[in-house]
Amino acid sequence: MPTTTIDGHVISIDNEGFLTDPDEWSEDLGKSLAAQIGVDLTDEHWRAIRFVRSDFVEQGETATLRRIGVVGGIPVKTMFALFPQKPAKKLAYVAGLPKPHGCV
Amino acid sequence: MKKVVVLGAGTAGTMVANKLRARLTDIAWTITVIDRDDVHHYQPGYLFIPFGHYTRQEVERPRRAQLKDGVHFVVAEVDRVNADTNTVELVGGDVIDYDFLVIASGTTPRPDQTEGMVGSQWRRSIFDFYTLDGAEALAQALKTFDRGQMVVHISEMPIKCPVAPLEFAFLADDWLRQRGLRDRVDLTFVTPLDAAFTQPVAAEFLGGMLEERKIHLVPDFMVERIDNELKALVSYDERQVPFDLLVTVPVNMGADFVGRSGLGDELNYVPVDKHTFLSVAHANVFAIGDACNAPASKAGSVAHFAVDIFVGNFLQYVKGLPMTGSFDGHANCFVESGDEKALLIDFNYETQPLPGRYPLPFIGPLSLLKPTRINHIGKLAFRHLYWNVLLPGHPLPLPSHMSMAGKHLPEEET
Repeated sequence: MPTTTIDGHVISIDNEGFLTDPDEWSEDLGKSLAAQIGVDLTDEHWRAIRFVRSDFVEQGETATLRRIGVVGGIPVKTMFALFPQKPAKKLAYVAGLPKPHGCV
Repeated sequence: MKKVVVLGAGTAGTMVANKLRARLTDIAWTITVIDRDDVHHYQPGYLFIPFGHYTRQEVERPRRAQLKDGVHFVVAEVDRVNADTNTVELVGGDVIDYDFLVIASGTTPRPDQTEGMVGSQWRRSIFDFYTLDGAEALAQALKTFDRGQMVVHISEMPIKCPVAPLEFAFLADDWLRQRGLRDRVDLTFVTPLDAAFTQPVAAEFLGGMLEERKIHLVPDFMVERIDNELKALVSYDERQVPFDLLVTVPVNMGADFVGRSGLGDELNYVPVDKHTFLSVAHANVFAIGDACNAPASKAGSVAHFAVDIFVGNFLQYVKGLPMTGSFDGHANCFVESGDEKALLIDFNYETQPLPGRYPLPFIGPLSLLKPTRINHIGKLAFRHLYWNVLLPGHPLPLPSHMSMAGKHLPEEET
């Protein structure tokens, strides 16, 4: 697995840049990752990030948009406003979680 | 006397009941299967109905006739499962108790989950082909469709048989060409995924097949609603895809009774251990096939391989032994590509579909990730295997676990 350094954080990533070890993540790193994809983090972003982080600990998988809506209480429409175009993927990237596999 | 109750007599439930009946004695065990009706559908056949290749008679048989003697079959709607008291309440008030419960109630297209799908255009210019009624209605519509925008659309993943929408697009392209209509029809494939398919090598290959056929790909499209006046799909980020004929795959959800019983996740799928299908919440409840949340394809081939593993495990489990079988997510799917050819893909939780030969390395006779005529013949022949070998629980000479033998890794990974 390749490693990279972002704003002084040394992290292990996959081919697409997703963290391969969620434990290497910190809120500080989250801000840097968001900057990489041009997202300014607001409180609403953080609410989404914290939900998927804690849900991942329980479920062992990155939450889908539906799960973020139904369980996390953040509507899909809002997710598209927060993380335009590819919300599930961008959120996973910023939150240091594996790319959500679209389910085969 | 111990009691196994199986909810659902589809592909997984029927195989579970038949295979368990062969292995558990009549004296010690009763096996009861409950389903809401007595019609078993060969669902892979729906794909061919819009193009007039199959009829209703070829894809329907009584459920009861597929079950071995000694399996009790009850036609009833399940109201709820009380996992704390080990009982199943049926609509009408009857209660059935169990020692072990196997939930095999599948997944169902839910057009009601998308605003505007079941509106004025439903079954007029909006069709699904994941139900027999829908596939038949679409067959009628195709007879008079001769120009405009045909859109093939996936609402949300996961869906039953994730390759079927692509197959539909390939077959539609072929069908239109044969009628000399292809130049008058714009064909578009709209998906919430970021590519034609979920897995990289197959996505690239299948994406190339869309391109060759001039089928436009619209990725990353999460439908919010359907505008019936504009006749357009509208996404959450306000993009529109207009259609004259929409062939959509609605949101798929597990059975409502699963949700009512508090046994399901946000899509009514039962959370299970993905290797054994044991419920994470209840030690005497299993869920198998499309009804569970295992991250494998929702498809009959997965159910088939999964049931093989499950039965051996179940026999150990009821004796208090550790379950030694571990399901690897194996799926094996024929993908119709038009021109009377098909591809075959073979993959599991860890390994994406790769090119190669199957089931015998180098010999085949089937080819992986490559359209061939023999794959197509294999797909058509499968209907007979389904009714006569698979459902009765007879062994098919295919290993339950995926094998890397005969598969080629892409160059950058070798």
